Amino acid sequence: MNGPASPAIELRDVSKSYTRGQQTVAVLQGVSFRIEPGEFLALMGPSGSGKSTLLNLIAGIDRVDSGAILVGGTDITTLTEGELAYWRSRSVGFIFQFYNLIPVLNALENVELPLLLSPLSRRERREHARAALALVGLADRMDHRPGELSGGQQQRTAIARAIVTDPDILVADEPTGDLDRSSAKDILDLMAGLNESLGKTIVMVTHDPRAAERAHLVRSLEKGLLTNADLHLHS
Amino acid sequence: MLTFIFILKNLSRHRLRNALTILGIAMSVLSFGLLRTTVDAWYAGVEASSSTRLVTRNAISLIFPLPIHYAEQIRGVEGVTTVCAGSWFGGVYIDEKNFFPNFAVDTRTYFDLYPELRLAENQKADFLHDRKGCVIGAKLAERFGWKVGDQVTLKGTIYPGNWDMTVRAIYHGRDTHVDETQLLFHWDYLNETLKKTSPSRADQTGFFIIGIDSGDHAAEISRAVDQRFANSLAETLTETEKAFQMSFISMSGAIVTAIQLVSSLVVLIILAVAANTMAMSARERMGEFAALKALGFGGGYLALLIMGESLAIAGIGSALGCALTFPAAAAFGSAVSQFFPIFQVSHTTVLLQGIAALAVGVAAGIAPALRASHVGIAQAMRRIG
Repeated sequence: MNGPASPAIELRDVSKSYTRGQQTVAVLQGVSFRIEPGEFLALMGPSGSGKSTLLNLIAGIDRVDSGAILVGGTDITTLTEGELAYWRSRSVGFIFQFYNLIPVLNALENVELPLLLSPLSRRERREHARAALALVGLADRMDHRPGELSGGQQQRTAIARAIVTDPDILVADEPTGDLDRSSAKDILDLMAGLNESLGKTIVMVTHDPRAAERAHLVRSLEKGLLTNADLHLHS
Repeated sequence: MLTFIFILKNLSRHRLRNALTILGIAMSVLSFGLLRTTVDAWYAGVEASSSTRLVTRNAISLIFPLPIHYAEQIRGVEGVTTVCAGSWFGGVYIDEKNFFPNFAVDTRTYFDLYPELRLAENQKADFLHDRKGCVIGAKLAERFGWKVGDQVTLKGTIYPGNWDMTVRAIYHGRDTHVDETQLLFHWDYLNETLKKTSPSRADQTGFFIIGIDSGDHAAEISRAVDQRFANSLAETLTETEKAFQMSFISMSGAIVTAIQLVSSLVVLIILAVAANTMAMSARERMGEFAALKALGFGGGYLALLIMGESLAIAGIGSALGCALTFPAAAAFGSAVSQFFPIFQVSHTTVLLQGIAALAVGVAAGIAPALRASHVGIAQAMRRIG
């Protein structure tokens, strides 16, 4: 008899606090939940609720105070900094609110950048980067620098950079927060398409209910605690 | 390759700031090079000296003369091959601003002692046959437009009067380290004139240049020469030509030390300029470094980016500064040729300029590189959420 499928991400009693001057602020308090492979999860909550911190912990760019985070069966809280960096380069694609593209590199070079950490040859890296840009609809903008692209095009470039290494998980922190409504819709369509066609597991932090509607599942945080049961929108 | 492109493209971020920094480094490298060349020029006489030449002077001071008959006794010392009398004449051409070194020398032996001075055989013969003839260096000839056959009158400062001479030969140095700004004339002309005008000063010379068989015997020959004249009215001090030249430099040692200090300070100024640029550059990009770290790049890669940029700025500035040093040294050397006849940028100076710029590039990049490599991703993103 087969057991339940292994979750893509599992958080077990995760706590995190920050120290500001003399004060210790508990940002997350004993958070536990699972994200199944291929799921598109939206994390919502007011400012300071801990949703971005939770995203950072899942993505391995911050450390828990206690608890465990299992991604693809690996407890990333036990990894060293070097191991964690390697794991991120292989397993996680990042989509930031302000794109975080390198302004002096063109779109192709920006997308090629994460592949420097792979064993691919220069020619192979270029091929992968071109394919990723074509996938996000920017085949004709490869030579443009970020400053020469619109906000939506920059976020598409960032998405191409996130998927070029073919990671299992995409983490997106307010991916539409800096975009107009039309561009935001295009980006959400693209993310939903990646989720559906490539089976990427997506964890997205957002304030925007319209963005959250595109997710399969919405979870809310308030003062470091999950406030509701899973809210399944569609699958 | 992409990393290399990335480093080079980073230079285009703040073009004006980076251009000014590169210009600042270039000017500092240029200043460092010129100051080093000035120090080298100071030591040019020392560098040109030979280990097989000794100089004997009056033990009291160089301004006190020695009897010319000492020459015979010196010639008798074992190991001595040649003896040449010489006197600093100190004449000026028209007025004092036209300064150049001029010596009365025993022309029968002088050119044997100084094979590095090269002159045509026919000109040399003409000079040796003309008691009032003189030999001038090629640079001196160029400076005043003199040519063979021209009449030159020096106004004596140590030996009063007008001293008429005819240019009979123009010498060239064997290499670029030879001083080509001297005027040499017959010691006999000086002595015979003094016998008529100032007999008490006749038959005396300022120094003897001694050729010896081997540089290894310099110390014992020097001792032997000085022992010959011990307890005489004019005791001697014999030393190697190098030590003799060094004694002049030691008189102006404080100036040389000051120049060396200033050249070191110039390197520190370069460092401050470059370090400021790199610190600003890194500080502005902390968010970008955090994003790169999030993508999986390690601190070492970020340090490489900063260090590469710092070295690129220092390298471009250094190349520009080194390239400018040559024409600047030529122009400066021409302007001060009466004080520094040899003013040439040495390979060592260029090497030191490169090393200084390299050291500056590394030193300016260390702190920002460390800071970038240790950037906390979450903190730099400034998102707690």
